[in-house]
Amino acid sequence: MVIFSVYVVNKAGGLIYQYDNYVPRADAEKTFSFPLDLVLKHHDEKVVVSFGQRDGIKVGHAVLSINGADVLGKNTAEGKDILEYLKDSSNYPVSIRFGRARLSSNEKLMLASMFHSLFAIGSQLSPEVGSSGIEMLETDVFKLHCYQTLTGIKFIVLADPRQSGIDALLRKIYEIYSDFALKNPFYSLEMPIRCELFDQNLKGSLEIAEKAGNFGAGS
Amino acid sequence: MTVHNLYIFDRNGSCLYYNEWNRKKQAGISKDEEFKLMYGMLFSIRSFVSKMSPLDMKEGFLSFQTSKYRLHYYETPSGLRFILNTDLSVSNARDTLQSIYSSLYVEYVVKNPVCVLGQSLDSELFSSRLDAFIKALPYYSPRAA
Repeated sequence: MVIFSVYVVNKAGGLIYQYDNYVPRADAEKTFSFPLDLVLKHHDEKVVVSFGQRDGIKVGHAVLSINGADVLGKNTAEGKDILEYLKDSSNYPVSIRFGRARLSSNEKLMLASMFHSLFAIGSQLSPEVGSSGIEMLETDVFKLHCYQTLTGIKFIVLADPRQSGIDALLRKIYEIYSDFALKNPFYSLEMPIRCELFDQNLKGSLEIAEKAGNFGAGS
Repeated sequence: MTVHNLYIFDRNGSCLYYNEWNRKKQAGISKDEEFKLMYGMLFSIRSFVSKMSPLDMKEGFLSFQTSKYRLHYYETPSGLRFILNTDLSVSNARDTLQSIYSSLYVEYVVKNPVCVLGQSLDSELFSSRLDAFIKALPYYSPRAA
């Protein structure tokens, strides 16, 4: 029962805080001989698997490291283009690690803004009068909970689908935000939150929520 | 306990079928625009979910919920998308959508030589069977005005 991450989005849709509590690393490292039986392609400054899913390596997984050295975007650690490197048979056998690519901070900013808009569209397309935006989004692997305050700030928590007590956790995070970010005289509204006490208290309440499995209304 | 409306989209984004049973509020835009917005929203949600997900997903996006309604989503391997809006008491309509696909769409539309796939569904048989199916659902009840 895990809480994966917390995002805080301001009134305008910009990401002001992000914390990854738990990032499961499901990667697979294998040694390959020439020719490579996976089809790779460039996607968003990364090299991803486009065809040839097998043995824990899925379509969409990115190349994380080659021969133990982490890749830099489309190039190997030495600066050579990965696809060119892998076309050359003299470089084989080669050990490549594949896995889900971690989100860069730019991507997180974009995703937060995307969610801000989707939240609003969810309210517009409502068949019922007076609906809020998307409060909970469910997939088979995670559940996304969103709490929008009266001032337009959204607190978003990604958690395991079986985790309960997230509503109470969202209210608690709002309380921590108002105590340690808003009451901090050096914090400007709508700006990225860089307050140590906010971080500490947030981590503490995430731990309580995970341990209890259910965040109580107390404390 | 009620069903609000149902949309069926094909893989290109055109709305093949739409029907409503208990809709209280219109979107304030024309039906065409509403279909495009709905399709666009779901396309973005699916892309959002695949990037945000901490683990590899098998089925992907299933449903979302607001304070007043819940949207259920089901996509077939051929790219056909079924969207059902219900009230909050319905927790899982995936089986319902799957049986709408297998017992209604496949039977009355795909197997119908007159129905051209990819064009909006005119089949009255499909409409009436779907209507009967929805009204027979345990969680459907005509809302008292």
